[in-house]
Amino acid sequence: MHPWVGAGPEDRRQILSELGLQSIDELFASIPSGVCVDGLDLPPARDEDWIRRTLGNMAATNISMDSIPCFLGAGVYRHVQPSVVDAVLSRAEFFTSYTPYQPEISQGTLQVIFEFQTLISRLTGLDVANASLYDGATALVEAALFSHRVLRSKRDLVVMAETIHPMYRRVLDTYTEAAGIEVAVVPPGADGRLDPERVREAAGDRACCVAIQSPNFLGIVEDLPQLATATHDCGALAIEVVTEAASLGILNGGGSFGFDVVCGEAQSFGVAPGFGGPHLGFFACSSKHLRQMPGRLAGETVDENGTRAFCLTLSTREQHIRRAKATSNICTNQGLMALAATVWLEAIGGNGLRELAASCLARTEELKRRITAIGAPWRLAYPQSPTFNEFLLVGPGSGTELVERLATKGVLAGVPTTDWGGTWPDGVLVAVTECNSGKDLDAFAAALEQLS
Amino acid sequence: MTIPVDLMYARSHEWIKIEGDSVSVGISHYAQDQLGEVVYVELPEVGTAFAVGDELGTLESVKAVSEFLAPVAGEVLEVNTRLEDEPNLVNDDPYGNGWLVKLSGSAEGGEFLDAAGYKEFLEQESA
Amino acid sequence: MKRRAIRSEPLFFERNSRRVRRQGYLLPVLDVPEVTPSEVLPPELIRKPDPHFPDISEMEVVQHFHRLSQLNYAVDEGLYPLGSCTMKYNPRINEEIARLPGFASLHPLQPQSQIQGALRLIWELEESLKAITGMPGATLQPAAGAHGELTGILMIRKALEARGEKREIVLVPDSAHGTNPATATFAGYRAQEIPSADDGTVDLGALDRMMDDTVAALMLTVPNTLGIFEHQILEIADLVHSRGGFIYMDGANLNSFVGRALPGLMGADAMHINLHKTFSTPHGGGGPGAGPVTVSEALLPHLPVPKVQRDDNGFELLWKDPASIGQMRGFYGNFLILVRALTYIWSLGAEGLRSMSDVAVLYANLVRHRLNGAYHLKFDAPSLHEVVFDDSIQTRHEVHNVDIAKRLLDYGFHPPTMSFPLIVHGALMIEPAESVAPDEIEAFCDAMLAIAEEAESDPGLVRSAPHDTPVGRVDEVRAARNLKVTWTPDDEG
Repeated sequence: MHPWVGAGPEDRRQILSELGLQSIDELFASIPSGVCVDGLDLPPARDEDWIRRTLGNMAATNISMDSIPCFLGAGVYRHVQPSVVDAVLSRAEFFTSYTPYQPEISQGTLQVIFEFQTLISRLTGLDVANASLYDGATALVEAALFSHRVLRSKRDLVVMAETIHPMYRRVLDTYTEAAGIEVAVVPPGADGRLDPERVREAAGDRACCVAIQSPNFLGIVEDLPQLATATHDCGALAIEVVTEAASLGILNGGGSFGFDVVCGEAQSFGVAPGFGGPHLGFFACSSKHLRQMPGRLAGETVDENGTRAFCLTLSTREQHIRRAKATSNICTNQGLMALAATVWLEAIGGNGLRELAASCLARTEELKRRITAIGAPWRLAYPQSPTFNEFLLVGPGSGTELVERLATKGVLAGVPTTDWGGTWPDGVLVAVTECNSGKDLDAFAAALEQLS
Repeated sequence: MTIPVDLMYARSHEWIKIEGDSVSVGISHYAQDQLGEVVYVELPEVGTAFAVGDELGTLESVKAVSEFLAPVAGEVLEVNTRLEDEPNLVNDDPYGNGWLVKLSGSAEGGEFLDAAGYKEFLEQESA
Repeated sequence: MKRRAIRSEPLFFERNSRRVRRQGYLLPVLDVPEVTPSEVLPPELIRKPDPHFPDISEMEVVQHFHRLSQLNYAVDEGLYPLGSCTMKYNPRINEEIARLPGFASLHPLQPQSQIQGALRLIWELEESLKAITGMPGATLQPAAGAHGELTGILMIRKALEARGEKREIVLVPDSAHGTNPATATFAGYRAQEIPSADDGTVDLGALDRMMDDTVAALMLTVPNTLGIFEHQILEIADLVHSRGGFIYMDGANLNSFVGRALPGLMGADAMHINLHKTFSTPHGGGGPGAGPVTVSEALLPHLPVPKVQRDDNGFELLWKDPASIGQMRGFYGNFLILVRALTYIWSLGAEGLRSMSDVAVLYANLVRHRLNGAYHLKFDAPSLHEVVFDDSIQTRHEVHNVDIAKRLLDYGFHPPTMSFPLIVHGALMIEPAESVAPDEIEAFCDAMLAIAEEAESDPGLVRSAPHDTPVGRVDEVRAARNLKVTWTPDDEG
């Protein structure tokens, strides 16, 4: 007997007897004997205490981001975590429910999705957003395939900035190869920013979309208005990818400048780094393309008494109805993560989000100043280019070596660019958030000086 | 279940009405009833040519999508733009204001039933 | 004292009608010099304050979400017998372990020496899933079942390419989940439907006619969506393999045979496992799930990167592998979901996992036994973990499956899955799962029988249900006709 199995031996005997059976084995008679086994090659059951100890030890072998001054970013960021977020996430009414197919008993989940969609729409500057996607990388994939559909598959080229997170590009490659879509990559200029002229050259009249990231992989803020114009001149859809959603506290989303899709990763909004998942992909577009949008959507309506209510809508785009012709094969959203982001954003507030972003900005500028003051052998790779909360640091040795050496000084300095390829210098991407205190910055600067 | 006698019917439940060189196409009362309340109609572009049996467009209800087919070969002369804002016309007035498209051409090449034949066909289908 | 019944809750954007600033959270004090944004960022890119994004106090936030939570039904409230979804208990120890800082606050790009515990966890779960399926390889990367399907089909595509073949078709039974044909299309194939035989399983004759050298794979759910085991599975697999195709197994229904049978012995080449079904990770209001894929020898070289490898020095991530299909998502999977699944598997152990499936099947058969007659059973082959009735007895009184579902809400139960699989008109697909006590199953059956009775004696009562939910029957037609998917300031009038 195990506590997670509801019927004990006597229960089972009684039920079997009601069914007129001698043994549970009879219920499995339809399985051919050639595929059957008698039990599994796995250890025996364990009690909670053993589990807590064993998995606790396993967790303890990892170095948590909270335990030492940490400047890791590159798509996954550490931001403040209001205790109310996990308190809400721990409510069984949210975490043990499923997709709100029955709106009459799911108004909680549905209204949360509706609020999430609205928050994302306001932050991205576009009028509609979906209920979330797996993560930032797959959101970019969905955006590229979306563009291909909107332009009725007449254009088979996707143009990507090289400064989109390299991992996102790898994921896109996996999907586009199967879909028979070509991908062209545009490297940044000497200042780490994308040159709209090079976008025009790459897109020509063949591209279904041009995708750029801002702030880009190097932390640099792109010239969104010019890039949108260049893209539209080529008849393509403009896609902005955002991997650091907290930047939207201070920077306008691409929708304000005519971008057709703004998508990316909203892990920064209250979702644990969690060794890479589950995170929170988001996708916003213009309402004129709503029917081509992938993923779940909640809509407002009324009940039979005329009271406001919410339900899932436009599900005819989705796989369970349209099957082989669906806009995507996705069948879930990241519901609980979208809830986390909604609670987080509503707790932080509109002005609060602006202050949080301003705090990231101030701390980042302070660390850049300190590094510049230390001077050789340390330098900023793009000292003149505008950044939000991340920048590329170059020093004596490869990025990987630098991170390892700085770790010995008690600082998790960032993410090395060493193994990612790219036309930029081999260095360390350093991310600074509101969680990095002045003391963390002191520790960083001290570590650099010791290694100078 | 109304089946007007002045129309001709395809076995895929579209009706046609010939007026000079133009063939009006809609779906039958039976078809709209099966589909449920129509929430969206996707219509073809004017000027596009279709062969008999090609997918002309789609009709969506909340829980289903169904295609409607070209009952005759021809080019799209006109589409019912009122359906963009009033898809319910397909349910409320399937043989009138709920028409879908007008095609150039004639009934040649298509296979049609008259009202009596369609009624019989529906009875066989549901048996 | 009477509990206040919560029936609705204003939207966040409608709160704070005074339009004043309150404080929901205290940010860390700014202990560096302040920076004027326009001095370091291009001014035209800087956001203006949004008057419609309010700042409210912490307690307002808590109350808002507490009240919203009261409008939801959940597994912890009562039976949630959604067929094909396996709504089992979500153990609390899973949640505790997933929140350990060594897992939750771990960055995926830390140096490998700092993440050995996390890599070990991935390796351990892969080993467990290999043992459970009897298959030699696994990837934990896919974020959900449908994502696992795509991963599997792309591996099959790669294996065919490696053989110098390009096939065009993926066969899918007419009883399959919609994700199967959608996946085939997404992977660049054409989905072709195979009809079911009279007993609801794959029509072997039809398969024999359709299976030629243009077919890349057969996607098969075992047991199928009717809860019926493909008793000719070995013949099916032999037929597909002998003509150069692959078997993709949809593992959505794995909960019915853990410890009893192995997909590896059934001839599966790839199979996704929904951790949020069989291995108890929470459904979370619609996600996140996780859809690891186990593979046969033939697909081993094509597993996605990064892969976790073990050697004498510990664990490491392998990022480059020329035969791999590449990367399917960012990083290594929904890691914190993987933590919960391993916690569950280790807690139950070999015996517990087997008894989990035993009781899931026992309960489905109890429901079948009690409801048969009152509800019509189109396919009467033996049921494993779920049973599919239809509404054909009730439609005589103009009561449809949706009415039965809504009436169940009044009785305090979540309804079964409706209108699926498509081969059963008016379907009611019931999967009780093993975690509840038998009393709960019996109470559900009593409610279903009472509704069958009401459908005859008072059909209007059933048709007008629900009568006792926070909102009445919701107008989904209006939602689709007048699309409104975000709140806008105009709504304030």
